[in-house]
Amino acid sequence: MDLLGLGLVGLSTLFLVLLARIRRAPSARLRLIPGLSRLYRAFGLSVEDGTRLLVALGGNSLLTRNGGSALAGLGMLREVSQKASVSDRPPVAVAGESALALLAQDTLQAGYRAIGASEYYQPVTGRLAGMTPFSSAAATMPMLDDEHVSAAALIGHFGVESALLSDAAERSNVLLLGATGDPAAQSVLFATASEALIGEELFAAPAYFASGPMPAASLAVQDILRWLIIVGLLLGAALKVLGII
Amino acid sequence: MHILALVFAVVAGLLILGGYFVPSLQGIKGLLLNWVIILAGVATIVGVFNLVLVHGTRIHKREKGGTYSAILMVCLFGAFILGLMLGPDHPDMRRLVNAVIVPAESSLMALLAVSLIYGCVRLLRRRANLMSVVFLATAILMLVASATLPFGELGGLHNFVRPWLQHVLALGGARGLLIGVGLGTLVTGLRVLIGADRPYEGG
Repeated sequence: MDLLGLGLVGLSTLFLVLLARIRRAPSARLRLIPGLSRLYRAFGLSVEDGTRLLVALGGNSLLTRNGGSALAGLGMLREVSQKASVSDRPPVAVAGESALALLAQDTLQAGYRAIGASEYYQPVTGRLAGMTPFSSAAATMPMLDDEHVSAAALIGHFGVESALLSDAAERSNVLLLGATGDPAAQSVLFATASEALIGEELFAAPAYFASGPMPAASLAVQDILRWLIIVGLLLGAALKVLGII
Repeated sequence: MHILALVFAVVAGLLILGGYFVPSLQGIKGLLLNWVIILAGVATIVGVFNLVLVHGTRIHKREKGGTYSAILMVCLFGAFILGLMLGPDHPDMRRLVNAVIVPAESSLMALLAVSLIYGCVRLLRRRANLMSVVFLATAILMLVASATLPFGELGGLHNFVRPWLQHVLALGGARGLLIGVGLGTLVTGLRVLIGADRPYEGG
């Protein structure tokens, strides 16, 4: 039995539940991430000026180890759909994988239902763009221009094909925030996108759009676990230098 | 109905997670994962219906780009009928894939090279800060150190600076990013597992 893994999962769950309960009353202070602040402003403006927000969830299956980034994208989509459902042009979600596209539709529908506007939900706002990374990017590129999009968030698992979307966004004067779990694609997005999230900032995105205690608690748990790993690494290095291990 | 979906999702998630740690649960983990694979196959069919619905709506409403949607529909149904008649392993079906999908994706890959150069050129105009300067300087340094120059390789750059950057700074940084992403994935997955996030609650 993998006790270390089981312990990590158990400890994380315990921290998550406890911190969510502790943070229920006061609103948690979040570190400023310029890309997310800019997207949040653009999102507010898009509701006011009747333009659209596009959320692309990437093409990775939830069955792989990269599925977590798509779940973070769905978390953000849930908040966005709840806040912008009744605008003239509701947000559109695109995915490069069928199951993810279905979950995007479900998430959008849940957002509409949460504000009592189920009748405004349109199934075509959650779309399957393509079955391969490049075909998905190729299908998403014209949407930036054709569908009155003013801001777009790539949040999920993307590869280097994200540069094509950044280029299309720049030509269409669309603010594009890129957030992916792939380090190579992160560097591509840093160079080409209007804003890029680096590393685990991707998982902070839902917390910046949500108001409940759980997203903030999950960020706190990530911080605690990160510090535990840092201490473990330093301790391991020190013990190695001293010749104990 | 929503409670039922929540209970089913949480129990299935816990059983699959438990299967990784408790050997006696590995059988049920395998069974559930096989069901998931079948459901993912069904989701592909539903995804194709979604594609038809989206592009059918665009054609019906005569929206911008409707012509491309019509071409897509003709190709989709054409490939589907041919696939039914010939089977996916038929040489003509394979030729169709190799003659259309592979060249189209290769062209996009080639376009990517141009987009990346263009993006790097515009980086300092878009985000003029220290990180952008370091990013560009590192990229240029790595290019020069890796390239075969007319007068031969630059010894120090090629033999010392490039490996050091690649194997110490870049690898260390990438590991740090991956640890962060791994922790984020763990906590996001746990939120779904305890039912705090429910991406399946809409329908």
